[in-house]
Amino acid sequence: MKCDIILCGVGGQGILSIATIIGEAAMNENLYIKQAEVHGMSQRGGDVQSNLRISSNPIASDLIPKGGADVIISMEPMEALRYLPYLNPEGWVITSSAPFINIPNYPDIDAVLAALGKLPHVVCIDIEQLAKNNQVPRSANVILLGAAQHALGIDYDKLEAAVRRVFSRKGDAIVEANVKALSIGHSQLS
Amino acid sequence: MKKLLLGDEAIAQGAIDAGLSGVYAYPGTPSTEITEYIQGNALARERRLHSRWCTNEKTAMEAALGMSFMGKRALVCMKHVGLNVCADPFVNSGMTGVNGGVVVLVADDPSMHSSQDEQDSRFYGKFALIPTFEPSSQQEAYDMMATAFEYSEQQCLPVLMRVTTRMAHSRAVVQCADAPRLENELNYHAAAANWVLLPANARRRNDKVTAQQAQLEEDAANSKWNQLTFPYKVAGSGAFPLGIIASGIAYNYVMESGASLPLLKISQYPLPKRLVRQLLDVCERVIVVEEGQPFIEEQVRGVFESQNILGRLTGELPRTGELTPDTVAEALAKECDGLASTNNSASALPSLTGGVGGGSLIAPRPPQLCQGCGHRDVYTALNEVLKEYENPRVFGDIGCYTLGFLPPYRAIHSCVDMGASITMAKGAADAGQWPAVAIIGDSTFTHSGMTGLLDAVNENADITVIISDNLTTAMTGGQDSAGTNKFEAICRGLGVSDEHLHVVVPLPKNMPEITRIIREEINYHGVSVIIPRRECIQTFKRHAKEKKN
Repeated sequence: MKCDIILCGVGGQGILSIATIIGEAAMNENLYIKQAEVHGMSQRGGDVQSNLRISSNPIASDLIPKGGADVIISMEPMEALRYLPYLNPEGWVITSSAPFINIPNYPDIDAVLAALGKLPHVVCIDIEQLAKNNQVPRSANVILLGAAQHALGIDYDKLEAAVRRVFSRKGDAIVEANVKALSIGHSQLS
Repeated sequence: MKKLLLGDEAIAQGAIDAGLSGVYAYPGTPSTEITEYIQGNALARERRLHSRWCTNEKTAMEAALGMSFMGKRALVCMKHVGLNVCADPFVNSGMTGVNGGVVVLVADDPSMHSSQDEQDSRFYGKFALIPTFEPSSQQEAYDMMATAFEYSEQQCLPVLMRVTTRMAHSRAVVQCADAPRLENELNYHAAAANWVLLPANARRRNDKVTAQQAQLEEDAANSKWNQLTFPYKVAGSGAFPLGIIASGIAYNYVMESGASLPLLKISQYPLPKRLVRQLLDVCERVIVVEEGQPFIEEQVRGVFESQNILGRLTGELPRTGELTPDTVAEALAKECDGLASTNNSASALPSLTGGVGGGSLIAPRPPQLCQGCGHRDVYTALNEVLKEYENPRVFGDIGCYTLGFLPPYRAIHSCVDMGASITMAKGAADAGQWPAVAIIGDSTFTHSGMTGLLDAVNENADITVIISDNLTTAMTGGQDSAGTNKFEAICRGLGVSDEHLHVVVPLPKNMPEITRIIREEINYHGVSVIIPRRECIQTFKRHAKEKKN
């Protein structure tokens, strides 16, 4: 198996936690992993992305070539558009529909959502609202991960087990909140 | 034992497992996580390895030499521009040599994700006559640490290990040793005179180290990290139309392209010319693929027929900036028939959504100061006061507050290197500029601002210095700052008078007081220091969370 994933959003939205969970699940399956992250200056409210590659065969490059990504997981709708040149034509976009507006020239959000709607494989959901409605306000990113499960090609049970392991140090309440968030995201597609 | 590690973490784990006794470093992207990993590592704590942050890279390098002097293994970590700060002890460490192994880990930042320039540290290794390692994978980075320390002790020289952003900040599964090596015992150097670089000793050492270079190059030719491979056997000579020399992380992009060509992978320097010659003997042309500046390419062009050497200097690869799998694949495809370039079919997607790049739906999102950050209040106050003057100039420095250059503040006129705010303000004042304001962070001030302030005090220069103190080294993620709780004492000690030394709390409610003080001190024609002090909002949140748990 091979899955090249671009995770993106705005600094501080929690894309690296999503990467950690996927990485944990992949490592447990003895898959090869490469994950390039962005640290430093751009984390301060700028656009951030991470290239995550998992494969049953050795991986050469830390970066995904243009047109090579199987999935874009985005915490922010405009940020999802930014990385489209990297997406395979048959690839999936899994994105939050809620804009994060910290710049004066943010484009018309309806136009952004309409553009996303033209893609062949897209899941666009309001994870922030879902997180609030379901009393898991801090786990919006894990809801998004749940919605991406089918596109990642990792079994749901294995992803859930990875969530449990990653959050285990933070206590049962946080583990259960994130397991719930994962299932909420997953159920958005069925 | 398998671990999922960042390149930086693999280096740190490799150093611990190689019997490290101390890491010395000043935070700097993309090198910071090495020291942080050692600070949090259980074995490192149990062994009480030195891991506290240093005031700057120069103090770090010198302390590491002291540890080496006593026979123990030391690691020095920094970003590429940090190597400029410690260039003096670094270059001289080639002359003293080492007792315990020393590895100087420098993380370069091509494309300048978080930096002021794109300098390539391999040049430093060459002119300091110091062997250089450049891993191409996280596993190599881990494995190389043990080799580098051994080699350092065997050759009695420090080893420079050069990585780049994509290696430092990319994760992969790394196979780690089960049994870490013990630390070295304390021992006194047999050749004690090497450490006294009086001219007579230095000349002797210079001859010795210069003579050693041939051996270092031969070792590089025989290194397991440097491999010359051929995809298939060809009879006769000059049979391959194209060969590749690839180093460090660029090797991965070559492998990603699927190119099946003669390939010389370089991860240890001095450049092994014997291997380069072997490759050139059987290839009509060779393309050099390296991250950073054309370090190998220039050397190869000096030795062989230049027209047959392709790379960054000839435009096949971009002259500046980071390489990507796409730029490498494109260059190889152009020079070698039958290789696929990047997947052009992808371009259909952006066109579906109305175009990307120039597409009106995608706005740039530059980094910015956090909401609630004290630097914001400092710039608000400063801008308000400076409106009253005809030609104010504000000399900035390195840190989060450099973002004050961007809208909405547009508050600074310069940012050059660590500490340059104070000294540039002084030079401008010397030239007749008024008001001349310097703004510098707490950690940057202790790193390289104190000496400049002494210059200013000694001439009572007409400058106003703002030390924006957020009690941490914020830009790199909130590491301890060397001067916390000491700034008033430091300024007084350097000769700043009490009357012109002020501490304020940068909050909107204090605006009247802050603006009054800034105005008064600008109007005072001598050195004054204003210290706005409020904890970084990021570390504040982190500390509040830790208290709750």
